[in-house]
Amino acid sequence: MELALSPEDAAFRDDVRAFIKDNYPAEMRVPNPETDLSKEQMLLWHRILHEKGWIAPLWPKEHGGPGWSITRRFIFERETTRAGTMPPLAFSVTMVGPVIYTFGNETQRQKFLPRILSGEDWWCQGYSEPGSGSDLATVRTKAVRDGDHYIVNGHKTWTTLAQHADWIFCLVRTDPAAKPQSGISFLLIDMKSPGVTVRPIITIDGSHEVNDVFLENVRVPVENLIGEENKGWTYAKFLLGNERTSMAGIGRSTRYIEKLKKIVKAELPEDDPAHLEFIRDIARVELDVLALEATELRVVGQLARGIDPGPAASLFKIRGTEIFQDITELIHRAIGNYGLAIREHPASANRFMPGPDYGHTASEKYLNSRKLSIYGGSNEIQRNIIAKAVLGL
Amino acid sequence: MDIQFTEEQELLRSSVQRLLRDQYDFDARRKIVASEEGFSRKQWESFAELGLLAAPISEEAGGLGGGLLSTMIIMQEFGRHLVVEPFVETVMLAGGLLERAGSEEQKQCFIPDIIAGKTIWALAWTEKASRFDLANVATIARRDGQDYILTGEKTAVIAAPWADYLIVSARTSGQRRDRGGVSLFVVDRRAAGIELRSFKTIDGRRAAEINLRDVKGELLGKGGEGVTALEACRDRAIGALCAEAVGGMAELNAATLEYSKTRKQFGVTIGSFQVLQHRMVDMFIAHQEALSLMQHLNLSLSNDEAGVSRLASGAKSKIGYAGKFIADQAVQLHGGMGMTDELNVGHYFKRISSINIQFGDPAFHVLRYAQLDAAA
Repeated sequence: MELALSPEDAAFRDDVRAFIKDNYPAEMRVPNPETDLSKEQMLLWHRILHEKGWIAPLWPKEHGGPGWSITRRFIFERETTRAGTMPPLAFSVTMVGPVIYTFGNETQRQKFLPRILSGEDWWCQGYSEPGSGSDLATVRTKAVRDGDHYIVNGHKTWTTLAQHADWIFCLVRTDPAAKPQSGISFLLIDMKSPGVTVRPIITIDGSHEVNDVFLENVRVPVENLIGEENKGWTYAKFLLGNERTSMAGIGRSTRYIEKLKKIVKAELPEDDPAHLEFIRDIARVELDVLALEATELRVVGQLARGIDPGPAASLFKIRGTEIFQDITELIHRAIGNYGLAIREHPASANRFMPGPDYGHTASEKYLNSRKLSIYGGSNEIQRNIIAKAVLGL
Repeated sequence: MDIQFTEEQELLRSSVQRLLRDQYDFDARRKIVASEEGFSRKQWESFAELGLLAAPISEEAGGLGGGLLSTMIIMQEFGRHLVVEPFVETVMLAGGLLERAGSEEQKQCFIPDIIAGKTIWALAWTEKASRFDLANVATIARRDGQDYILTGEKTAVIAAPWADYLIVSARTSGQRRDRGGVSLFVVDRRAAGIELRSFKTIDGRRAAEINLRDVKGELLGKGGEGVTALEACRDRAIGALCAEAVGGMAELNAATLEYSKTRKQFGVTIGSFQVLQHRMVDMFIAHQEALSLMQHLNLSLSNDEAGVSRLASGAKSKIGYAGKFIADQAVQLHGGMGMTDELNVGHYFKRISSINIQFGDPAFHVLRYAQLDAAA
């Protein structure tokens, strides 16, 4: 599906395409960038985009954004995902950045924003706790005022890529007596502070993406509080809203369907009855992507005319993740017996990976993408949001 | 990027809405369906007066030149009101074929009467063994001077009992499943040798089994190229039927949501149960996706884009499954009331079920979508 673009926007699209082709680092083209690259390698593309001024499409110009229209932001998103480039770290650029320029003070903006844009600071998200998943407002990590500092004690979990992080933005309880949503503050904590410990969590795909983060008597300067004390829930919700809108993942799904078709072609002779079943399943998931893409285009068109879809955007998170899970499952099924094997990772420690190259990441992708319907507000929570805010139930 | 409707198109939508709101509520429809003919000549006249029967037909042929976006708008509203009059059969199928394949003489002879609402048409392509295959034609047409003589059987031809004319596919050469060798013919429905056995369809329409024995027919379009013409005709019809289905889905979702907010069990409204809330969210999403894909299809059809036939199959399948899901759940959430003839919900269920059969079911079209990809 192609967009009807003005000549200027079409030229912009061609620029983006050419820029990716000429500049995307070859060493980032690995089977599974999220788990196969070192921190330094992950930051290569970030730095190139920063130099070009394209690192933060969402940000207003005065804070270092490129000042693009909604259409151009969409074109950029579409071209980069189609080309399969690794997106810049979302926790820095998409999440904490907008919170800082929207709710932070001038000192905080000047201190943190340039370092987010340049990639000098790597951020992670201190939201979930062992007892607070979907019910995030029950966070128990405590911050107690002590002169010019808060003393923070608690346990954050599912913290993605905390092993690389320089900073963590945390939801902490500053008023234990208030109602759950009213006693929360939004605090920025230096990961090098004494009392911060990171412990890896290995997931079912064998990879190390997420962590436990323990905070024991960590002293955090009061100047690292965002906005007002006890108003953190407002900032947290704002941030989650940003997270959800870019989750349709059309480009990624489209790339994986192409991969799936190649594998089915190579693995299954046409006279195999299973071939027909795959053909049908592929067509159905392809149509799922097409319908979601058409919906995305409809919403982008509306946005460009000033109509905000609001909470209905949760449907992109729901369908985008369900569809990608279906695709990774089909790929895993398509490689047949080799679906038993899993690549080298901390947990499997496989030195030898059997079967054709195209199947080497199928198992881990299939396993890893089970997370998609859980994180960023589980799909059940997203359905609650639509039920309440769109359907009025 | 999305469809930004023109002022004219918005005007068309609001005038169709007004007409149907004033004259075509559920009780009015019930009386129409129960009448002897099963459709309303009076309604048909008001459609003609409003210009709906001329909407998609080109200005050269005497129409309003609104193209397929105008029929998309009309069909969405028809879907909301469960309109039973043979608009698709007469205007989209017959009108479309006459306009694209007909000779100048045929166009002048037939199209003005369609626009004026004076004639009703039906398209007879299905046969006992054909299922959804346009090329599977056993009816034979043999040359007889200027005319052709048709013999064979056609099945489940919607609107045939009302029709003044039929467009019939028949084989002029080749074997039964050959793509080539099928031609289209205009047949006077009252011609000698035609025998009709009429029946009612599940969605309140009238259809017929047709027996043709040495019936005179007039060639429409190039001989032997009927399947190609029918395929393009089916694509357009799919665009219209998908729009109709999406209109019906919107009504079902609205009715179900409303019901869930008023119906009480265990002392609370059933809409307060999370399992039903999530079901209705999935119905909402299914409708949103179907609406987007339906608009995308009709835009592509009106721009005559490459690969649009594959897209039509894809949309017919995806929207068919979505419609089935919404209709199933609307009946389920209405409980026993959903089963009653009295409530409109079951009638939307039946219309969506019929749409899912017409011109191929979702399973047929998903495979066609896949196979056209492999062929590309």
